[in-house]
Amino acid sequence: MNILVCISNVPDTTSKINFVENDKIFDTNGVQFIINPNDEFGLTRAIWFQQKNQATVTVVTVGEISCEPILRKCLAIGANKAVRIDSKALDGFSVAEQLKSLCEKESFDIIICGRESIDYNGGMVPGMLAQMLEMPFVTNCISMDVNGNEVIAKREIDGGVETLSCSLPIVIGAQKGLVEESDLIIPNMRGIMQARQKPLDVVAPANSFSKSSVDKFEKPPAKGSVKLVDPDNIDELISLLHNEAKVI
Amino acid sequence: MAIIVYAESQNGKFKKSAFEAVSYGRALANESNKNLVVISINADDPNELANYGPDKVLSVKDSSMNDYTAQVYADTISELSKKEGVSILVLSSSADSKYMSPLLAVQLGAGLASNVVSTPISISPLVVKRSCFTNKAFNHTTLKGSINIICVSNNSYGIHEKESRPEVVDVKISKNNPKIKVESLDKATGSVSIADADIVISGGRGLKGPENWHLIEDLASTLGAATACSKPVSDMGWRPHSEHVGQTGKPVASNLYIAIGVSGAIQHLAGINASKVKVVINNDPEAPFFKAADYGIVADAFDVVPKLIEKLKAFKSHQ
Repeated sequence: MNILVCISNVPDTTSKINFVENDKIFDTNGVQFIINPNDEFGLTRAIWFQQKNQATVTVVTVGEISCEPILRKCLAIGANKAVRIDSKALDGFSVAEQLKSLCEKESFDIIICGRESIDYNGGMVPGMLAQMLEMPFVTNCISMDVNGNEVIAKREIDGGVETLSCSLPIVIGAQKGLVEESDLIIPNMRGIMQARQKPLDVVAPANSFSKSSVDKFEKPPAKGSVKLVDPDNIDELISLLHNEAKVI
Repeated sequence: MAIIVYAESQNGKFKKSAFEAVSYGRALANESNKNLVVISINADDPNELANYGPDKVLSVKDSSMNDYTAQVYADTISELSKKEGVSILVLSSSADSKYMSPLLAVQLGAGLASNVVSTPISISPLVVKRSCFTNKAFNHTTLKGSINIICVSNNSYGIHEKESRPEVVDVKISKNNPKIKVESLDKATGSVSIADADIVISGGRGLKGPENWHLIEDLASTLGAATACSKPVSDMGWRPHSEHVGQTGKPVASNLYIAIGVSGAIQHLAGINASKVKVVINNDPEAPFFKAADYGIVADAFDVVPKLIEKLKAFKSHQ
């Protein structure tokens, strides 16, 4: 079994989000970058397949050299090898095209992406990649079991869970639930040492073009201060919600 | 050229977000001087869309599409969109629409922007404002396709009624061959989902244990609200992780969000930031949630929530 996990390099969830150069560029000053949490749930599930079914796990990212530390972390967590496609991530479409060219060179049974990155929140890459490769696609995936060539996967929907079946190969949009938070693997010293010896290939990007561009950022307007209501005067809260906020 | 909207339905009824998407499509059609064509799939009464201003409704009724599969829906919508000469395709931001939007983008060779929070900043070139960094910021995205797709964030544009007399056309679809089969659907009946809810009631660690969740559930049922929880609560298994809202959980864009015993970690606030009005009940006046909330009560949830439920019941019965 050959598994590809697509990794996105994102700011840590506690980062302060600021912009520089007339709000055109994200301010990376003092920001720590991490494996996109949805991708990490997917990677952890892939490592489970590696341990149970002797799957080979390859991680890939589309990005510049600054993305290599998180690829090394993926190797320390247990991935067998890493690939960095040496290109700026322009938009979802061009990233999907880069990944597609890798998937055409090597054949993967399972391709796992996070359902969305926590920085761009586009949720575009996994579905685009699946459509480009004409593979079945399950996003918001909270469970995936493979028996021979058959896959049973569960998808979280608005207000419930859907159970789906299909055949390999498949593209998955991973999220929490595929594994639990407590299943996430913290690399140990042995893993970190081994990761230094594992292959991290840098490949030249395929020809691709983008279909969208981000021109500038803005932050939400500053919030006014909270109106505190006396706990002995609940009627006031109800009146505020009804008459002032008009939400009940 | 036309603006196309897919109006999502469930069990034959249009979703609220479908009317919002059609309203948004009407605004786009007016601004760009194009016709508004709305696609309905297996909705019982496609004429209901006439309240929101379409020029034409394409109604698909096909029993092979009773189960939602993203691929089959995307194939159908892209086929119909091409026939109508689509310039912009509008979808909602429901789980199902976000599932198929990237498939549609590849099929139509289209630019795609999800989580779009307002009508375009400019029509030509097409520039939209969308939320990013999990609601901690917005970006202005230029869509460069000759066809483009916009997924409108729930509750961002609102529903605008506008009566029209659309031509309603029954259309047949080509035979489809799904790669994925729906085996079963497990949907909580009677309760409101977080995505569809106007009001969301959320509980945190301050509630001390799953046995106290009746407070959250009673308040939610009084208000017809969905229930949600913070990350630690779902990590400890007090509540299912489908209720976890925040950066790595579900996003919330309700009209009213009431957080009870939730301290307000930065990741939680990011996930619920798109909600219009936020209320916090917490006995710790230093809880960061008070900085993000519109209204707050500093008190013990166990004292104040039962009183709130009682008062709200009285308030509701007088309306």
